[in-house]
Amino acid sequence: MRIDQRIGRRGRLVTAIAVMAVTALALAGCARDTGGGGTAQGECERVPPPSVPAESAQPEPEKPKADASALKVGLAYDIGGRGDASFNDAAAAGLDRAVAELGLQKANTREATAQPGESEDAGTTRLRQLAEQGFDPVIAVGFNYATGVDTVAKEFPQTQFAIVDDDTVDLPNVTPLVFAEEQGSFLVGAAAALTTGTCAIGFVGGVDSPLIQKFEAGYEQGATAVAPDIRINADYISPAGDFSGFNDATRGTEIAAGQYDSGADISFAAAGQSNQGVFAAAQAAGTRAIGVDSDQYNSPQLTDVRDVIMTSMIKRVDVAVYDYVNAVAGNTVDALPERFDLRNDGVGYSTSGGFVDDIRPQLEAYKAAIMAGEIQVSSTP
Amino acid sequence: MTAVARLRGAVVAPLLAIGVAGLLCAVALLVSGASPWTAVTTVLSQLGSGTVAVDTVNSAAVYYLAALAVAVGFQMRLFNIGVEGQFRVAACVAAIVGGTVVLPPVLHTLLIIVVAVLTGAAWIAIPALLKAYRGVSEVISTIMLNAIATGMIAFLIRPETFGELRGNNITTPPIPESGWFPGVPVGSGTIFGMVFVAAALGVGYWFLLGRTRFGFELRASGESTTAASAGGVNARRTIVVALLLSGAIAGLIGLPELLGRDHAYTLSSPQGYGFTGIAIALLGRNHPVGIALGALLWAFLDKSAVALDVVGIPREIVLIMQGLIVLSVVVAYELVRRMEQRAEQRRVAAGTPEPVGAAS
Repeated sequence: MRIDQRIGRRGRLVTAIAVMAVTALALAGCARDTGGGGTAQGECERVPPPSVPAESAQPEPEKPKADASALKVGLAYDIGGRGDASFNDAAAAGLDRAVAELGLQKANTREATAQPGESEDAGTTRLRQLAEQGFDPVIAVGFNYATGVDTVAKEFPQTQFAIVDDDTVDLPNVTPLVFAEEQGSFLVGAAAALTTGTCAIGFVGGVDSPLIQKFEAGYEQGATAVAPDIRINADYISPAGDFSGFNDATRGTEIAAGQYDSGADISFAAAGQSNQGVFAAAQAAGTRAIGVDSDQYNSPQLTDVRDVIMTSMIKRVDVAVYDYVNAVAGNTVDALPERFDLRNDGVGYSTSGGFVDDIRPQLEAYKAAIMAGEIQVSSTP
Repeated sequence: MTAVARLRGAVVAPLLAIGVAGLLCAVALLVSGASPWTAVTTVLSQLGSGTVAVDTVNSAAVYYLAALAVAVGFQMRLFNIGVEGQFRVAACVAAIVGGTVVLPPVLHTLLIIVVAVLTGAAWIAIPALLKAYRGVSEVISTIMLNAIATGMIAFLIRPETFGELRGNNITTPPIPESGWFPGVPVGSGTIFGMVFVAAALGVGYWFLLGRTRFGFELRASGESTTAASAGGVNARRTIVVALLLSGAIAGLIGLPELLGRDHAYTLSSPQGYGFTGIAIALLGRNHPVGIALGALLWAFLDKSAVALDVVGIPREIVLIMQGLIVLSVVVAYELVRRMEQRAEQRRVAAGTPEPVGAAS
């Protein structure tokens, strides 16, 4: 009897708590639904871009071409290698341009590729074997090579090394090739905010790592600079340390479809090969997407879906590789920029397809403001 | 006689398998337009250059530990597919603890090792208990825990929890020198000290399985659970202990590199050792010496992939070779087993007095 009573009382208590919880959830849901300061759905309040005098935002002049015919260039790719339609391919394009324009002999170049999940000594050995065979400079693509470059550059002090996406190796014969990804991402974020019809946009990152967070940070800052009330959905395909997110188009499709379902009409995909999945989702939903690394509208692998790619955040790994080879040939390595950013055409946005033609004046204004230092773009979200 | 025959069986099968795999790879190379001869000379000459020989031994030790962890389970027909997750979580937690505490040299290293072993065992304790008390297939639960391990590590090494940002990478706090495991310098490289620990574990594995009551119970349960139970073996206890042991060994897999070279767990720390361990345990037929040879071969092929890639021969040939070796070893053992069976039958038939009248 007494036990029954106790159960009854506890049962009622549980019910009461459950009811309260459900009510709270419902209220929270309502609050979110009607958020945005009472503006009608789809209408973003937009802030005009800052104006900067044109002369303070001059890009740096292009360097003269040196003769690279005597060079032997070794290139160590990250996982995926040449043909990944993304990061590694950009590095390959830089090498190809050096072959085409600087007189570098194709036979004097050598490319090697990392395997997924490989141990550190594999990367070190790859660099060492390239250096041993007389390749100079040796270019390592990806921050995974940081320890390897550090080790091998000490063993071969007469050989020049460069490493893309890492600036932690401090040696006289190592040149870091790092980028201001957040600056380019700021511009495509602004483009998304200027174009969206629902005042909601998405971000699909490949792997939740500091490098990809830079893209997210710039994108969000750019979008909120244009439309302070904009709703941004940021999702990542895989957690830090699990690099499958760069190579998983299916999950890219799922995540992007979820963002489009919840009201976003533009998603920025910074997810390597998984980008193809995001583009497919955009095509199915009749929405737009933003590409990354190279001008993906013109990528031969993406011709089927290119009509959804309104612009791409370009990270000119090709420019960095080409400039580096040029600088080694002309003995001007010290004159290379510390960071490849908007000023030296290291990052930017693409205009292929003509989707951003009508908002170009605004984008150029933001670009000028960043180049002049008027707008500082943060690299962490 | 029987001992010699058994040895012959154990040696002939894998040699045959490697020979067949090599031949098929040569054909694949010829088809793709590369020279098998260049491939062979490149692969052999790489051993003399740089630290490749030392790296091979070091990698082999890592693979050896992974295969031992798998083999302990295999002895009891338990498939611990979760070695991968166990080793990664253990390495990550051990790196965090090792980089945080301050202790005098030997104690510091010992603590890291103990933490790794306990973490590996704790990670498999869930599937072990589920298997023993609820009959949940350890294959499913260990695979699922691999996925959870990835998320767990991502959480642990965030800069907000225990990680540190270094360039575009995230690492755990570096382990101070007091926590390192000293190695043996050979040429320009260093053999990890943990290589010798791995070898000692191999001896311990052999002793445990072949010379102790527990090992007998383990193998008996593997042959037939019901028969073992009828013989007085506590099946639940054996399952739990075998899996915990497997997880504990798995916890050590990351340590040779962690204590001997990297001194921190990072986003780009190696992965896949757990799965490689399964292949090597198959290759070595769960025998401590067989596993050691398998691990050395596998490590050698891994290093060859890098060397071949650098001279422009498709490194995928190594993946083909590895796959072919595992396949042909399985086939070759089966062939040799059948041949021996037939020979045995003939021997027995010849030994028995023939029925009267059958002779002519």
